[in-house]
Amino acid sequence: MRTKLHTVAAAGAAALLLASCGSGESGGGESAASGALTGEGSGESCTIEGEVPLGAVLSLTGAAASYGESQQRGLELAAAELAEQGGVTYDLTIEDDQTDPRQAITLFDEFVNDGVSLIIGPTLSNAAVQADPIAQDAGVPVLGISNTAAGVTEIGDYIFRDSLTEQAVIPQTIAQATEQFGLENVVVMYSNDDAFTESGYEAFAAALEEEGVEISETITFSKSDTDFRALLTQAQESDPDALVVSALIEAAVPLVTQARELGIDVPIIGGNGFNNPTLMADAGEAAEGVVVGAAWNSSSDNPENQAFLEAYEAEYGAQPDQFAAQAYTGLKLVDQAVRANCSAERDSIQEALGQIEDVPTVLGEFSIDENRDADHPAVVQVVENGEFTVLE
Amino acid sequence: MQQLLNGIFIGSIYALFAIGFTLVFGILDRLNLAHPAVFAASAFVGIELVERGGLSLWAALPIVFVFGAVVGLVIERVAFRPLKNRADAHFAGLISSIALAGMLIALLQWRYGPDTRRFPPGSFPDTRFEVFGAQVTLVQVVILVVSLALMVGLTYMVTRTRLGRGMRAVAENPTAARVLGVNVDRVTAVTFAISSALGAVAGVLFAINVNTAQLGMGAAIELKGLAVIIVGGMGSLPGALIGGLLLGLAEVFAVQYIGSSWVNVIAFGLLFVILLLRPQGLLGARKVREV
Repeated sequence: MRTKLHTVAAAGAAALLLASCGSGESGGGESAASGALTGEGSGESCTIEGEVPLGAVLSLTGAAASYGESQQRGLELAAAELAEQGGVTYDLTIEDDQTDPRQAITLFDEFVNDGVSLIIGPTLSNAAVQADPIAQDAGVPVLGISNTAAGVTEIGDYIFRDSLTEQAVIPQTIAQATEQFGLENVVVMYSNDDAFTESGYEAFAAALEEEGVEISETITFSKSDTDFRALLTQAQESDPDALVVSALIEAAVPLVTQARELGIDVPIIGGNGFNNPTLMADAGEAAEGVVVGAAWNSSSDNPENQAFLEAYEAEYGAQPDQFAAQAYTGLKLVDQAVRANCSAERDSIQEALGQIEDVPTVLGEFSIDENRDADHPAVVQVVENGEFTVLE
Repeated sequence: MQQLLNGIFIGSIYALFAIGFTLVFGILDRLNLAHPAVFAASAFVGIELVERGGLSLWAALPIVFVFGAVVGLVIERVAFRPLKNRADAHFAGLISSIALAGMLIALLQWRYGPDTRRFPPGSFPDTRFEVFGAQVTLVQVVILVVSLALMVGLTYMVTRTRLGRGMRAVAENPTAARVLGVNVDRVTAVTFAISSALGAVAGVLFAINVNTAQLGMGAAIELKGLAVIIVGGMGSLPGALIGGLLLGLAEVFAVQYIGSSWVNVIAFGLLFVILLLRPQGLLGARKVREV
């Protein structure tokens, strides 16, 4: 694959030299398309003649369909705005992996062979872990827009993401909660038979130690448990300033409900599993006072966010969620990277993505860190009157 | 004090599940592994009745009871009766009831999807009491009372009524029972119906108690239900109640004094010790078979 790419690049360079002949875009085939992927100017003035082919692999059907649908809307909104801007034209192809990693692998293969400049997605981390190596081997940059599992960007130097990991959100959550509530001792509860909640627990434990908050007790349960009364009574005995819980939403709802039932009215600080409107829908009043960190602050008044909210509402008649915001931001970042060197060559995008720093986005001031992970401020939310509001 | 009550309430759920289970398992000597599926199905049906049908919970409970009874009849008819004359009828019935359970769960998944479902907030009065400084909800009291009442009522039925005598006769020897004029098929069917109806009510109460109904909720409690039946003594209804409470208390105090990670080791370990000391179970009679 490597060799082939060099050939393509060489052919591209040759085509560039021949560009004066004016046969660049009409020829079709890889070398011609590739040749048209480099333009003149830089930043806003960058003009690339050919269409820049981009692929997106989303879960539009199957278990993760609700996420994929939001992402599709975010991407299409961003694509429409970029089309208006002009200079660079994107040809975005969105494909459905049916929430199946094997299907994601097939689609990645197709996109790589079709000569796309970059692949966006896939929706779920477990698909990313399996499909991303294909793009890495072929030297095609990948931008994950919702993968939060540890290790995804460790696959290789072509794999990026704009989605903040739980490991990045949790320290900010704990720091702010400690300041707001003056936490001194807390009880930590987590389900120890699930890889995601366990890594969430580790992040919480490290963050609490960092902030000098004492963990008076650590209580474990199983992800299939539904009756937490005995555990909560045990937690209550050490009279904590807050409960810190790493659990999936299935366990989060009964846990929160039962805690309030037992008269535990201290804040409950949750991991990523709690970042779900289902919590308020199903736990009702009991959800009040739940604190959870998130990547996107829907009520942020930065101009990019306000414009996004307005455009999304106008286009779809609905409020965007975090998945739509991260997808929208993703495509905008790709545009940023393309314009930086005014080139949509794979290697050029890869290089430019790595250098993204302090870009104003819907998610706030955005940078890609040295591990190719997203770096931007998280938002700490608290449930008030049945809604997530910013904790301040 | 709170922990003691927690244990009693968890235990009464186990007991409620086990009482329905043991009616077929302990008395008719058939292991109906579709029982946990009925438990889950009824919770989903109950939620649908309240959510879509707009019924109050009190109106939904009798409907769920009837639903459970009907499913019980179907289970008996489909999974057990066709196999009753086989030499390995008990074992064959066990396997076919697993198949039926799989079908029930698949139907549920088709109808309701894989997501966790809940009763809409406020469908049950969230009245709370304070007993010696411990918090108790109305649901928990209802569950405890229902378990006790069912235990007493069923014990009376099995030991004193004609139907109960029929059940025991069928369990002892179906052929002899038939010769003596007992309608074996009918007695068996009625027993399945009552058993499943109880499982159905247990499912709804469980779903309210923990604010969660999942497809796997029956499977999660199945093993505990079986353990409770065996520790309590096969076929003994009071035994199922005591066994349930004992398991609940053991779990709670394992959390309190040893650690949450050790709950299953301690609770099941304790049950194991009881069986070693009393192989027939707490209230089980030593079975003497005469030739």
